[in-house]
Amino acid sequence: MNAVQKAASVSLDKVTFGYGDVTFSFDAMFEPGKITAIMGPSGSGKSTLLNLVAGFETPDAGKVLIDETDVTTSSPAMRPVSMVFQENNLFAHLSVEQNVGLGRSASMRLTPDDRAAVAEALGRAGLAGKEKRLPRELSGGERQRVALARVLVRDRPVLLLDEPFASLGPALRTDMLELVTALHAERGMTVLFVTHQPDDARRIASAMLFLEDGKVAASGPIEKFFAGTGPEAFRRYMGAETPVAQSRHVARKPT
Amino acid sequence: MRISGFVGFTAFALATLAATAPAAAKDKLTVYTYESFTAEWGPGPLVKKNFEASCDCEVSFVSVADGVALLNRVKLEGASTKADIVLGLDTNLTADAKAAGLFVPHGPVSDVDVPGGWSDDTFVPFDYGYFAVVYDTEKLKTPPQSLKELVEGDPGQKIVIQDPRTSTPGLGLVLWVKAVYGDKAADAWAKLKGRVLTVTPGWSEAYGLFTKGEAPMVLSYTTSPAYHMISEKTERYQAASFSEGHYLQVEVAGITTTGAKNPLAEKFMAFMTGPGFQDAIPETNWMFPAGKMDKPLDPAFDRLVKPAKSLVFSPDEVAKNRKDWVDEWLAVMSR
Amino acid sequence: MAGRDEPVKAAPDTRITAGVIALGLIAILVGGAFAGLIAEGAGNLAGAAAAFDGYLFRIARFTLWQAALSTLLSVAPALFVARALSRHPVFFGRTLILQLFALPLALPAIVAALGVLALYGRAGYFADLLSVGGQNWPGIYGLSGILVAHVFFNLPLATRLFLEALQAVPSDQWRLSSQLGMRAPATFRLIEWPALRAALPGVAGLVFMLCITSFTIVLTLGGGPAASTLEVAIYQALRFDFDPARAVSLTLIQIGLTLLVVGALARLGASMTGDANLPVAPRRYLSAGNLETVLNAVLILLALAFVAGPMAATVMAGLGADLGRLAGEAAVRQATMTSLVLACLSAALSVAISLSLVMARRALAIRRRSERRSLLELLSDTGPAFVLVVPPIVLGAGWFVLLRHVADVFAIAPVMVVAVNAMMAMPFALRALRPAYDAASERHERLCAQLGVAGWTRLLLIDWPPLRRPLATAFSFAMALSLGDLGVIALFGSDSVQTLPYLLLARMGSYRTADAAGLALLLGLACLALVLAADRLGKGREA
Repeated sequence: MNAVQKAASVSLDKVTFGYGDVTFSFDAMFEPGKITAIMGPSGSGKSTLLNLVAGFETPDAGKVLIDETDVTTSSPAMRPVSMVFQENNLFAHLSVEQNVGLGRSASMRLTPDDRAAVAEALGRAGLAGKEKRLPRELSGGERQRVALARVLVRDRPVLLLDEPFASLGPALRTDMLELVTALHAERGMTVLFVTHQPDDARRIASAMLFLEDGKVAASGPIEKFFAGTGPEAFRRYMGAETPVAQSRHVARKPT
Repeated sequence: MRISGFVGFTAFALATLAATAPAAAKDKLTVYTYESFTAEWGPGPLVKKNFEASCDCEVSFVSVADGVALLNRVKLEGASTKADIVLGLDTNLTADAKAAGLFVPHGPVSDVDVPGGWSDDTFVPFDYGYFAVVYDTEKLKTPPQSLKELVEGDPGQKIVIQDPRTSTPGLGLVLWVKAVYGDKAADAWAKLKGRVLTVTPGWSEAYGLFTKGEAPMVLSYTTSPAYHMISEKTERYQAASFSEGHYLQVEVAGITTTGAKNPLAEKFMAFMTGPGFQDAIPETNWMFPAGKMDKPLDPAFDRLVKPAKSLVFSPDEVAKNRKDWVDEWLAVMSR
Repeated sequence: MAGRDEPVKAAPDTRITAGVIALGLIAILVGGAFAGLIAEGAGNLAGAAAAFDGYLFRIARFTLWQAALSTLLSVAPALFVARALSRHPVFFGRTLILQLFALPLALPAIVAALGVLALYGRAGYFADLLSVGGQNWPGIYGLSGILVAHVFFNLPLATRLFLEALQAVPSDQWRLSSQLGMRAPATFRLIEWPALRAALPGVAGLVFMLCITSFTIVLTLGGGPAASTLEVAIYQALRFDFDPARAVSLTLIQIGLTLLVVGALARLGASMTGDANLPVAPRRYLSAGNLETVLNAVLILLALAFVAGPMAATVMAGLGADLGRLAGEAAVRQATMTSLVLACLSAALSVAISLSLVMARRALAIRRRSERRSLLELLSDTGPAFVLVVPPIVLGAGWFVLLRHVADVFAIAPVMVVAVNAMMAMPFALRALRPAYDAASERHERLCAQLGVAGWTRLLLIDWPPLRRPLATAFSFAMALSLGDLGVIALFGSDSVQTLPYLLLARMGSYRTADAAGLALLLGLACLALVLAADRLGKGREA
């Protein structure tokens, strides 16, 4: 099961989606096997985009394609996708082991092979010895590790990360990002990573999709965004930081 | 929650609940009657024993809440009813019952003894009683001597009555007032209204309030004190004798169209007015026997109020006017 | 690439299917009864038209008036009693109080009425106290009596339901409030009131429906036919006049009026979007100040005294009976068994149907993107509650009429009793289950969708543990309600369904008031035992 899967492309083909008064329209293509960071101001549609890929929302028009297959109307569980949320990734009353096992069999009927896979994934996620614990007995970081272990046993070609580490401290976040990078290196899945942290994006992503007002405002290789010559909208979003900060630093000098 | 366990439990439960009728090897007579007739303390068990001994047959009672429910049930079942005999209607219901065409004329019966005589060709009486105001001697030293005194008396001394729309005694009182006051019934009710503590849906609730001491008077039967004297050995509750007379209630039985085909039905009707049945009535149904008894009445019955006059409307009069009279009552009482 | 045991094709949400089946059952039960009565009454449409007269207008007005007042007086204090109880999650006797609060519903109306009168009646314990200046206490007959009895029935019910709503508030909010040093008024305004307000329309609607259909209480304590409800007229139409057309039109009026009021009540509420974080810690962050503790204690004691008083009077009366003899009687034992079995079956059916509806409603609510709810969602939400205002006697009569030529309908009386009681208890079960299910779903919905956990697996593995306690509450409520009920069979009776309340009324109806009091005590004890058992079952392993 460690064989690198054939990576799957993800594309949103002229997808529109309305909720109440707000309308989102996405037209984007995510390259197979790459990690793409998705950034944008609050309400720009980052989570909505992930939900459309995951199947929690159905577009009003347009198509969602994964690995060139139209999955627009497929249910979430049928899509070749795993997702890690910011919160509520675990069932509170089920043990670590059970929570991961659900990724293998949704009816919890585990074969010995499944159990071995679960144990291996837990080990891989640094959770060996905590199999029987309940989520409330774990730290925040450990809980997200359990979610990642489940991603491992599910072994789907696409991984969606919806700000999964937003509530963790810097050191812990670094650990988690390393774990994601390692998993990516091993499995080669296509990763869509929603984050508010430019550093995180820069650390693991190779591409960037920037959203504003429910639309794709810019996209391209990640370096382009942080090279000081990034798109105007992105620079506005970043405000004082990075390349712009430098110029302000300069500007401040004479005072 | 184990589903199989639940299903099993359900099956078991329904099986225990299902009425299990023993296979009848003997001839069978089915009698529909009211609840308190078949209760352990009611006349049912004794009547069943005595009749079965005389006929070498099997009596099966099916009981419902009261006389009104009895009539409804038979009307609902129509010609396909299992009942051979319906026992427990009162004369206020017989016109309705006859109109439904579900009863056949009875054969010869002897010893029928009810006040005012009996000449109905379809229904045979099995007991009777008089409505009366029963009072608590500890609370009421001078009970009303007449309906007029009740109507015009101290409004501080309350009475509990029943609703004529839902209860037999309630209807009885409406008929009683009508029999005494005629066209002036509405005025009488307007005066009586002040003494009425409350109007209950049935006899049980009213009598319950009365024995709890909520009111010193209740509408019940002249025979009610007999229960208290014989079963509870107390003289505390007595019926007030009214000079205008008391309204009569006669309880009857009839043979259904189904029963017309069962020879046991005729036999039962003949048996009903005899001692095998009548001996059980006074001290189980707490009514007066409407036929011949072998043993004497308990002396307590001799001490009950003996109405100066039996007031009664014919079943047809009641059927014709019931709605208007009840509406008249309602109009006054809900003012 | 999909997991081993996942369906090849997208299956429709089984929860919605379950809800549709549940709605179907309800529709069949109510529709069948109406069909039976309409077919029977078709020959006499005059009866339906004659129902509309000045008298109808008067009783309709009184029906609404007493129900509105009863609801107000039951629900308003219940808000504060529930809040007081939620502020003190642990104190001696708390569990017992909640268990006692499940009992009034199980008492037949006449037993409760006598219990209330034992305290506040003309010959009640308080009569001497209340008699001033030589004037004898006139008793609580009239509107006041009706209100006291209705509050006795419904205050405990509303309290328990509000408490459920408060307990569904995520623990983080409580921690936040104590961390921010919120005082009681602020906590109430910012945390408790939003939760209570969300539950308010449902609870008030439920109480209103119970009061609008009140019958024995209204007649017995009302003081005369001026205090008369539509239910009385329906009862009369079926029982004395056997006029199905009139009964149907009166029932429709009753349903129509209820729809109006409950619709208006719904505007009072606000939907609350729960914050559905993982409950990381049990909530022990409540800190009530000294003054508040005293006030709460007074409030709880008052409510307890009000509810326990008539019950104590019932117990006292019951102790006067020859309990040993009663318990030894075969008829009593048989009736007790029958009652317990029927109540268990009704409660199980009721909870199953309610859970199906709750799940379907939630599933439908998640699917929609706008504020507008589909008809199906509306039906699975507030629709079934209206079953409450269809008098059991109408359901019973309708089905008996419908089936009489097909089967021996009196043999299936137990089935009718179970089905109708289950329906009547359903609105209560719904109230108990919905907040908990919705909160659990809020946490688990996306995860389940993502992992493909659905159907039975989801019910048993994911939903069961957090629903265990509310399910037990719903079950004990439903059981208590069914225990005290005898509405369905009142019209025709049936030898095969001799329940405890039936026996009780039979004893009352033949001078045996002491026996009846004893049976009321037994009934209360049986109910208490069931509530205790259900509570125990519900606690189990706290997940």
